Amino acid sequence: MAKFLEYQGKEYFRQNGIPTPEGAVANTPAEAKAIAQKLGKPVVVKAQVQVGGRGKAGGVKLANTPEEAEKVAGEILGMNLKGLLVKQVLVEEQLKIAQEFYAGIIINSAQDVRGPVLMFSPDGGMDIESVPADRIATLNVDVIKGLKPYDTLDMAASMGVSGNVLRGVGDIVFKLFHMFQKMDCRILEINPLVATEDNKVLAADCRMAVDDQALFRHPELGIKIGREFLKEPTDIDLMGWTFEASDFRGTSYIAEMASPAEVAEGGYVGYHGIGGGAAMLGMDALNKVELKVADYADTSGNPTASKVYRTTKLILSQPGIEGYFLSGFMMANQEQWHHAHGLVKALREELPSKPGFPVVLLLCGNKEKESQKILKEGLADMNARVEIYDREHVYDASFIAGRMKTLVDEYRKEKSAA
Amino acid sequence: MSILLDENTTVVVQGLTGREGSLRSEFMKSYGTNVVAGVTPGRGGAEVNGIPVFDTVKAAVRKVGKIDAAVTFIPGPALKDAVYEAVDAGVKFIVSPVERIPVNDVIAMVNYAIKNGVKLLGPGSLGLITPGKAAIGWLGGSVDWARTLFQPGPVGVISRSGGQSGTVPWALKVAGLGISTAMHIGTEPVLGLSMADVLKLYEKDEQTKAVAVFGEIGGTLEEEAAEAVAKGEFTKPLVVFIAGAWAPEGMRFSHASSIVEKGRGTARGKMKALTEAGAYVVDSPEQIAPKIKELIGA
Repeated sequence: MAKFLEYQGKEYFRQNGIPTPEGAVANTPAEAKAIAQKLGKPVVVKAQVQVGGRGKAGGVKLANTPEEAEKVAGEILGMNLKGLLVKQVLVEEQLKIAQEFYAGIIINSAQDVRGPVLMFSPDGGMDIESVPADRIATLNVDVIKGLKPYDTLDMAASMGVSGNVLRGVGDIVFKLFHMFQKMDCRILEINPLVATEDNKVLAADCRMAVDDQALFRHPELGIKIGREFLKEPTDIDLMGWTFEASDFRGTSYIAEMASPAEVAEGGYVGYHGIGGGAAMLGMDALNKVELKVADYADTSGNPTASKVYRTTKLILSQPGIEGYFLSGFMMANQEQWHHAHGLVKALREELPSKPGFPVVLLLCGNKEKESQKILKEGLADMNARVEIYDREHVYDASFIAGRMKTLVDEYRKEKSAA
Repeated sequence: MSILLDENTTVVVQGLTGREGSLRSEFMKSYGTNVVAGVTPGRGGAEVNGIPVFDTVKAAVRKVGKIDAAVTFIPGPALKDAVYEAVDAGVKFIVSPVERIPVNDVIAMVNYAIKNGVKLLGPGSLGLITPGKAAIGWLGGSVDWARTLFQPGPVGVISRSGGQSGTVPWALKVAGLGISTAMHIGTEPVLGLSMADVLKLYEKDEQTKAVAVFGEIGGTLEEEAAEAVAKGEFTKPLVVFIAGAWAPEGMRFSHASSIVEKGRGTARGKMKALTEAGAYVVDSPEQIAPKIKELIGA
């Protein structure tokens, strides 16, 4: 999912008619001071990073004067907040808060829902998971009929919201759902949605992520990588995405699982699955023999040889890995010779510079005989530590992972002796 | 017998003239599927692999009569309209072997199909095969390979992984067992046919004596299957393997989704729900075939 920072999400809120506090983003303490001066009132300075609980971690501070804003911005900028460096702060007017609500939308795959679920709670400002179920109103939106304005009014009314605040809340939650659909969001959340002492309703925070598969409809977002990550994308992640963006034949999914520093500690292999199920079987098997994976890669859906080649090259480019594991635990329907060709080309280019580097290849499925021949003949003269297996071992995950472990151990022994 | 597809089912291939459409329609037809029409707008009047091409699904229906099933070899961004088109033309079973679709489109097409009483397999389903009779999608891939993997018999197969939807039948074949109907249920976050929906179809099928499931972490398909077993909606032996027990947490879930799913989605939770309902959970996929053999006495 393409995730957005609070200040970016709030810009989209305003474009979609959802009011937010006045403010702007700052990259330096001087900029923060200028923004506070322009606002001409007490401000709140908020770290712009993709983590929850910023307030408790010291990433949100109040300032009553522009000078104070400059000072606290200086404290927050450059901070390490749960592993992420703070590079920007949002400087906003302070609100006189009367009530805090929660509003959000998620997608529920369960067979009795199969669609978006709108959620509203009068207990905003805290982690929604800690709010009791009877304090959250939910609505499974009928996407064929569409959401109606009375739906959101009734959700808020059912939780005791009334008067002018009810109209403001109903309107914002209604607009939030339309923004969710229009912008192809996967996550869209306001927490807290604030009612002020003078009965204004505003979005005081924003959590937003857009569906990777719909990015083609939203060039205006300027997303450089359409992939879901637990962390900031690395160079490997970004390069992997370029294979996908330029070629729709089959899929290549690559995500870095361990940092270069972790890989340097040893025991990591480059990981290449074919199809999600086979990839999971291989991950489970490697875990059982205590090998760790440096990346999660998956080429499936009948990709071209060039896509497999580029994926393999990228996996092998990770410094410090001590093996390469092709986890083809399946009788593939796709013709596997495209994989065989891509693998041979990549391994022939990479192995000469890695003497003794262990490679275990399991490749089964449609055109298996031909694919095995391409692999064996293509790598025969390499004099490399390569083992190639076929359908005889398709569900023999412990054996295949065991071979990888043995070869990695041999390789490590040689390396430490040298 | 079988479920959803046999040699008499009439099939239209949407996107017949494209790369996968032409390649897999040749496979489907030579395997025995009753492919009666193809659709590519602007190519009406042409012929591919001996299959007449029409400009729209309705145009095909006007010419060849009622069509039972459609398979969509259509790029993700255009899939929603293709599914709506098939539904509007009166097709009652649609297979969508397509990935990378905007989730809003997936939700719309799934709900539109359900509202019109249409069974949608997928999206993101490799397809479905009734061995010796017919195949739809690209499960099986080519005729020689489909014959290698699948033989007719008493076991229904549901897989959440595309590749495993051929591998489980192959392992069953090695163990001397055949298949009634096998399918890949699809990869998208929202699906048309749920695992429980499919189990209810297998329940009514006389040929099916047991069902094998290759499950995965995430979502609620397996929990719903367990509910169907617990409620007595599926009473035949059910053998399940769940992959991904070691996958890192958080790879697929957002915080908010765990609320409506009430903590469901983990490998352990799925195994527990299935075992308590009376299904058989095995620790590795190679144990599926022996367990089924033991249960049906084959």
